[in-house]
Amino acid sequence: MERHYMDSKIKGVSTGTTILAVTFNGGVIIGSDSRASMGGNYVCSKTINKLIQVHDRIFCCIAGSLADAQAVTKTAKFQISLHSIQMESPPLVKAAASVMKELCYNNKEELQAGFITAGWDKKKGPQVYTVALGGMLLSLPFTIGGSGSTYIYGYTDAKYKPDMSREECLQFATNALALAMGRDNVSGGVAHLVVITEGGVEHVVIPGDKLPKFHDE
Amino acid sequence: MAAATATRFCQQLSSVSDMSPDWTTKEVSTGTTIMAVEYEGGVVIGADSRTTTGAYIANRVTDKLTPIHDRIFCCRSGSAADTQAIADIVTYQLGFHSIELDEAPLVQTAANLFKASCYRYREELMAGIIVAGWDKRRGGQVYTVPVGGMLVRQPVSVGGSGSTYIYGFMDSNYKPNMTKEQCLHLVSGALSLAMERDGSSGGVIRLAAISESGVERQVILGNQLPKWSTA
Repeated sequence: MERHYMDSKIKGVSTGTTILAVTFNGGVIIGSDSRASMGGNYVCSKTINKLIQVHDRIFCCIAGSLADAQAVTKTAKFQISLHSIQMESPPLVKAAASVMKELCYNNKEELQAGFITAGWDKKKGPQVYTVALGGMLLSLPFTIGGSGSTYIYGYTDAKYKPDMSREECLQFATNALALAMGRDNVSGGVAHLVVITEGGVEHVVIPGDKLPKFHDE
Repeated sequence: MAAATATRFCQQLSSVSDMSPDWTTKEVSTGTTIMAVEYEGGVVIGADSRTTTGAYIANRVTDKLTPIHDRIFCCRSGSAADTQAIADIVTYQLGFHSIELDEAPLVQTAANLFKASCYRYREELMAGIIVAGWDKRRGGQVYTVPVGGMLVRQPVSVGGSGSTYIYGFMDSNYKPNMTKEQCLHLVSGALSLAMERDGSSGGVIRLAAISESGVERQVILGNQLPKWSTA
C-alpha cells in the first residue's frame, strides 16, 4: 500500500525547514528556523543560519539540500557584487532574485533547493521574491517556504494584512515560525529574523523557550 | 492496486493514460478537509464537499458527515469506498449494541468500533476518520482514528489532505472552553482556508453541531465562504 511522504527525499543534509518573508510598511522581515536534518530523524545542526546576506540590503533564505543551497548562494553573492560594482549603485532586489532564478533554472536537473529573496532598494522599496524548485520566479507581498510551511498556509492566509507596522509584522512572523516549528519535525531550534529597511539591517534571534506558546503546550 | 502491478510487469505499446482520461483509472478518493471541535455541552464538526477520481470531481456536494447514531457522527477522509464500508459496518454494530444495552451508546464505544475495523484491516484500507458526538457520561467528545488505526481523544482534530495547511491556524486560534458559536466560526474559517489551498478540497462547507438537544446541520455555500485579505 502506498504511504504518502510529505518531505522531499533529499540525499545528505537537508534544511527540512520553515522560511518566510513578509513586507510591512517601510521594510521587509525575512525569517527562518535553525534546524538542519539528515533523513528526517537526525538533527545535524540545531543552530544553522539559513539567512544569507547577499548584499547590504538583500537577504536570501534557503530550503532544500543544504549543499546545493550553499553552492548557489555563494555563486549568487559573487555575481551580485560584481553587478553592483559595474552599475556603481546598490543592486535591485529583483536583480538578486533573477540571479538566483537563472542559477536554479539552468541547473534544474541537478539542484534541489528553493529560495526566498527579500530586501529593500531605492526603486521599489521593500520586496519579496520566491524562486521555486524548478526555477520559477514570483514576486509576492509575502511568502512562506520549506517543509514546515504547509502547516501555516491557513494561518498566514488568515492573519496577513498589507501595510502592517514593524511590530505587527514581527509578531506575525514569529507566530508563524513558532506554529510551523511546533508541527514539523524537521523544523526547530531558534527563530532567526532579519528586519531590512532603508535605514539598515537588524537581526532578531528568539531562542526556542522564548517562542510564543499555544493552547496545548 | 491490481492495475498498478499489471503495468509494472507487462510491456505496453502505449499506456492507458495516453488513450483515456485519468479519472477512468484512479480510485475515488475523498482527498478532503475534515474537522471537529469539542465545546461545553457538545461538539461541532465540519467538512468540505469534494470527492475526486484523479483530476475529475466526481461529486462536488458530497456529505462527508455521516451519522452513526442519534448523537454520534463520523467525518470521513481517504478512500470513499473504504470509509463508506466501515461506516456502514460500525453503524450496524453500534445500533445492535445500543439495543442490547437499552440506552444511548457512548462516543468512546463508537470510536473503538472504528478503531477495531481500521486497525485489523490496516493493510487493505485507506481511511482517516474523526468520530465526534455527545453522550450522557462525558458530554461532547472528539476521537480521531487516522490511517493505520490509532485511536486518540483530542479537544480539536483536523484530518484529510487539506488539514496540513490549517494546523498553524488551528493551533493559534483554538482556545479551551469556547462557545458553540465560536467553534462554528473556527471550523468554517479553518475549512475555507484549507479549501483555498488544497486542490482536493472544495465545494461547500457542511457543518453540524451535536449536543444533548439534538443535531443542527448547516451548509455554507461557495459564495458565502469567509473571505481573507489574501483572497
